[in-house]
Amino acid sequence: MQDASIILEAHHLVKQYKQRSGGLGYKQTTINALDDVSIALKKGSTLAVVGESGSGKSTLARCLLQLHPFDSGEVLFQGQSLSKLDSKSLRQARKNLQMVFQDPFASLNPRMRVGDIVAEGLLVHGLGNANERLQKVQQMLERVGLHADDVKKYPHQFSGGQRQRIGIARALVLEPEVVVCDEPVSALDVSVQAQILLLLKTLQKEMKLSYIFITHDLRVVRHIADEMVVMNKGKIVEQGDVSSIYQSPKETYTKELLKAIPGQKLVGL
Amino acid sequence: MTEILSIEHLNVALKKVPSRLLVKDSSFKLSAGRTTCIVGESGSGKSLTALTIMGLLSNQLVASGHVYFNGVDLTTLDNKAMRKIRGAQIGMIFQEPMTSLNPVLTVGFQIGEVLTAHKGLKGDALKSKISALLTQVGIPAERANSYPDELSGGQRQRVMVAMSIACEPALLIADEPTTALDVTVQAQILTLLDELKSRMKMAMLFITHDFGVVSDIADDVIVMFKGEIVEAGSKRQVLENPQHPYTKALLDCVPDVEGKKVLKPIDYAWLKTDEVPA
Repeated sequence: MQDASIILEAHHLVKQYKQRSGGLGYKQTTINALDDVSIALKKGSTLAVVGESGSGKSTLARCLLQLHPFDSGEVLFQGQSLSKLDSKSLRQARKNLQMVFQDPFASLNPRMRVGDIVAEGLLVHGLGNANERLQKVQQMLERVGLHADDVKKYPHQFSGGQRQRIGIARALVLEPEVVVCDEPVSALDVSVQAQILLLLKTLQKEMKLSYIFITHDLRVVRHIADEMVVMNKGKIVEQGDVSSIYQSPKETYTKELLKAIPGQKLVGL
Repeated sequence: MTEILSIEHLNVALKKVPSRLLVKDSSFKLSAGRTTCIVGESGSGKSLTALTIMGLLSNQLVASGHVYFNGVDLTTLDNKAMRKIRGAQIGMIFQEPMTSLNPVLTVGFQIGEVLTAHKGLKGDALKSKISALLTQVGIPAERANSYPDELSGGQRQRVMVAMSIACEPALLIADEPTTALDVTVQAQILTLLDELKSRMKMAMLFITHDFGVVSDIADDVIVMFKGEIVEAGSKRQVLENPQHPYTKALLDCVPDVEGKKVLKPIDYAWLKTDEVPA
């Protein structure tokens, strides 16, 4: 029943938030952050999750990595249900499930040296001795376009794009199978965005990574993803192959999103 | 076409390090009824240019050069005179609508403040003007009694637009007004600004880093790099036939909707040694 090429899948995920609403906090409204969401990520490919703010795309990312509890449904990594694992085995599974965050200014501890930030995962998973770890970290930093000596520096000594490279090095040093990228280029200038997108693509080929790529920018999706799901108000409204959705979107919401992409009038852009 | 604003040889530098120029010898003109986009990466000096026009530079910075607004050199005005122009003849919209609105005052009150300060409107006249402005930007008039947190991001930005056009300014400065918004909301706000500009015959200075937005809203484009204007011209000229290597490089970074383009990151090393004017 399992398709061997599927590395990560979610079945019927449901997550509700309760929000106090007026009545001096006695009334509650329920927000469906995820409403029966199912996705499947093929090995070595990129699945983009697209939606506007409040569509539940970041909640989905967090639920996939078991960073948020969900109400019902299940997440399978290589055919194994993550919610059934105890905390020890879950930690081991997390070695293969890494995340790159949106804001490279908020996601790096300003008091830690870059070497320690990138090495932390190796330390937690007890991989190698101090020397081996340092070597691995330095290799990884060079691979993402930084220098081996950068291990001694602090995050504030780097630009936004360089910090995002540090975030990528931190995620990839454990040689994961799946990387969830939550808006990794939204906070960056276009020129830096292009660098990071190319880097992610190169690393995907070299390390055989599978990406879940969360974004609201449909121009970026076209350049990085193979398949996409469009989310609106916690529901998946459309999913499929990127090029066929762009050519012939079926749902009204997808059409609206595509129509809103700025800069379509001018040729060559 | 009436010329509204003319900037001549504007320099902005740190007070402590006057040799370090953040905006270098920049000159351009804005005319009524036209939108000029300043495009550039972070640190290119685009926001500093806007702040200088409004006279809102931090006191750590000094500006030299001339900013002629309707024939008056704004750099020679004192604070009191500048306050009369700011908000009345020059409107402003900032990036983050939540941080630019006061969370403990109703949006109607905040729009009203501008009108009371500059036009002396009070009572019923004020109320009806506030309602008219809200309707004009596409918000139901009864929302005047709402607080900013009761509105969505797009509605908040519409409130900011209402405030900025309340006194029918000749110049509207919009500093990345849609960067924090969702694409569909962004498209709505861009259409709204474009309509208002044409109807009120304003000059609009629109700061952005998104070439997609530029191609939707601009008439003219100014490209800034490290504090310098490297290229300026009509939208078609700059986007379809860019002359400066930096403009070309920047355009090569922009992902296209068809996904056909091969993205090329900018090679800054090459730009620095060969092509950037000293």
